[in-house]
Amino acid sequence: MREMGRRSEAAEHVFKAMPADEGGSSASPPAISWSTLWARPTIMIARTGQRDIVTSACPVALEMGLRPGMAAAHARALVTDLDVREADPDADRASLDRLALHAVGHWTPTVSVCDADGLWMDLTGVTHLFGGEQRFCRRLLRFLEWLGFTARIAIAGTAGAAYALARYGSDPITLLPAGMETQAIADLPLAALRLEPQALHAAARFGLERIADLYPMPRGPLAKRLGLATVRRLDQARGMVAEPIIPVVPFETPRVERRLLEPIGTAQAITQVIGDLVDDLAIQLQERGMGLRSAHLACLIVDGSEQRVAIGTARATRDPAHLKRMLAMRVERIDPGLGIEAMTLAAPRVEELKSETVEAGLGRDDRPPEIAPLVDQLAGRIEPDMPFRLSSHESDVPERAVRRIAPLAKPMGWPGWKRPIRLLGRPELLSNVIALMPDHPPRRFTWRGASYRVVAGDGPERIHGEWWRSAREMWAVRDYFRVEAAGGERFWLFRRGDGVDEQTGNLSWFMHGMFG
Amino acid sequence: MPSLSPSPARSHADAVAALRASLAQGQAERVAALPFGVPEIDERLADHGLDGAGLHEIAAATSSVSDDAAATLFAAGIAARFAALHGTEMFWALSRFDLYAPGLEQAGLGPERLFYAQGTTDSMVLAMAEDALRDGSLACVVAEVKAADQTATRRLQLAASDGRTPILLYRRHRSRDRCPLSGLSSAMTRWRIGCAPSAPLPHPGVGRPRWLVDLVRQRNGNPFSLELEACDDTGRLALPAAARDRAAAAAGAAIKAA
Repeated sequence: MREMGRRSEAAEHVFKAMPADEGGSSASPPAISWSTLWARPTIMIARTGQRDIVTSACPVALEMGLRPGMAAAHARALVTDLDVREADPDADRASLDRLALHAVGHWTPTVSVCDADGLWMDLTGVTHLFGGEQRFCRRLLRFLEWLGFTARIAIAGTAGAAYALARYGSDPITLLPAGMETQAIADLPLAALRLEPQALHAAARFGLERIADLYPMPRGPLAKRLGLATVRRLDQARGMVAEPIIPVVPFETPRVERRLLEPIGTAQAITQVIGDLVDDLAIQLQERGMGLRSAHLACLIVDGSEQRVAIGTARATRDPAHLKRMLAMRVERIDPGLGIEAMTLAAPRVEELKSETVEAGLGRDDRPPEIAPLVDQLAGRIEPDMPFRLSSHESDVPERAVRRIAPLAKPMGWPGWKRPIRLLGRPELLSNVIALMPDHPPRRFTWRGASYRVVAGDGPERIHGEWWRSAREMWAVRDYFRVEAAGGERFWLFRRGDGVDEQTGNLSWFMHGMFG
Repeated sequence: MPSLSPSPARSHADAVAALRASLAQGQAERVAALPFGVPEIDERLADHGLDGAGLHEIAAATSSVSDDAAATLFAAGIAARFAALHGTEMFWALSRFDLYAPGLEQAGLGPERLFYAQGTTDSMVLAMAEDALRDGSLACVVAEVKAADQTATRRLQLAASDGRTPILLYRRHRSRDRCPLSGLSSAMTRWRIGCAPSAPLPHPGVGRPRWLVDLVRQRNGNPFSLELEACDDTGRLALPAAARDRAAAAAGAAIKAA
């Protein structure tokens, strides 16, 4: 049955498209599934010129003989109960872009949108994370099915071959071993090579249908007849010419660069270039409504090496003066070597920063002044440390009740129990302690070689160990006393144990802090 | 509307002058001296208080840890009152961290008012203090150092007057018997604080702490020495009430120790 078709494809039956009620019989009855039983045939149409054209059709509609490219009026005439919807290419494109961004975040860093209906992913060194190519493809298909898409996947050594096999191959999943591209795509139609319409038209006139028809042809005449682009596409698909994928970048890092006419090496010149870079970056950040939390300055030296300097800020900022001052503090760390020929300033960490209203009060502003620039400046002095604030931590054990937090965070206060101003890093053992048991402060003790006679004392304040931290603290008790010695010294002492139960401690005394 | 004015330019000039005057007034308010609220101290100070744009040095009377704690608390009390006056933050620069923040909060320096930075050397601490002073957005700066020569204190004093921010330079003891305040300095005032026995209470317990406050040197004024009651939870000092019979009180103390 090859009367009307091209050599490579079987001709369709003349009456195949005729619905059953007109006497024709469907060549192959559709497989019974929920979608075929319940769904209405659906087509998408778009207006081109004077008429509506079917742009795509659902599987049910395809079974009924509706094809993309036929007139909408024709489709309506063929199928009475037809769901016709307007095509929305922009929304399609947007959802494809979203899918590409999802792929960047979840599967592989290099993803690109291909035509209006496909994605290219560079899977080099990625699929083993998902248990191999086969499992990765099945997983991808399941995910897309869950989203409501049908998809076809081909993995091949070249982007062109993968394109051809995914669109014109026979299986939903095609895994092509390396080096088999030429044979694998040989039987596919020429359209699989992403040729220009004119080239396809010309090839049809010459009787070239399959890709294999191009292999034996001399390249000069081929380029002359079908265009140089055709030859390039063919080579790309066979892996003879590289075809890089330009990846989708989910978020473009603000980055500015200055290439210098002559290598520079003086601190003054470097500061000047930093100032120019910061000005450029500030404009870029302002346009995007962002402020930076960290900035990386990379200086390319003449000999090809790179010097890097980084700054961080406590709060998002794009104030050029502040950034220049912070970078200028680090100029001395740049070793220009033979000279710097290019400098790049990038902001890898940015946050949203909207413009603020400035009060026109001229010094009568009630808002407290901003300390974030100062914090950044101090952080620059003590790198890699940071200024900090102290906040309370939920613990009664004195040395655990304080923790360091970020300088701009909101701290919490402590309960009002009397506490010393300075705390020893580690409690120090007292000797020669004379004390009444169980709950009196000591009368005498010796600490750091000096003997003290206590004239007054407050206490005890009993603090229990935190049994959830360690088994040793299960029964531990500290009884804290605030005592004043004869010379006016005021100390914070504690005794291990409550003086009654052996388990709570061995009744040794410790110095822990000083009241003024 | 002040119509019929000779020229709009002149009215603008007047408005700008008025604004400048209000600005100057605001700045003048900011650097007013901070009184202690104790007449005996304020009358003897040249500015009737601590200069709000100057350097003040504080050291412990001896190298003992409790005098050290008293001097720290004295500095914290002054800083707390500066912070409360301006309603802004203060900064504590130090090289060895052994402060206990709950104790500072009980002197009036809440954690929301105070941030710290720890440097590794004295020069780093001094540099940070100078940065903080020149920034001018803080109520007070405290720096803890072991050594600061005439040049360093001069720099701090200049930075303080530029940034209109007071700085309390806490001088730690380097050796056992050499007072850190013996060297030259450009400070406005230099204080030496030591612990004194508190007034005995009629019941067991520790009374309000007392300090021996020694003003070693001040510009345009004379040194003096006083025994004062330690700062309360807002950083205020007080003058102790005169004891009627000190000898009798001292004799009773041993009994009340327990």
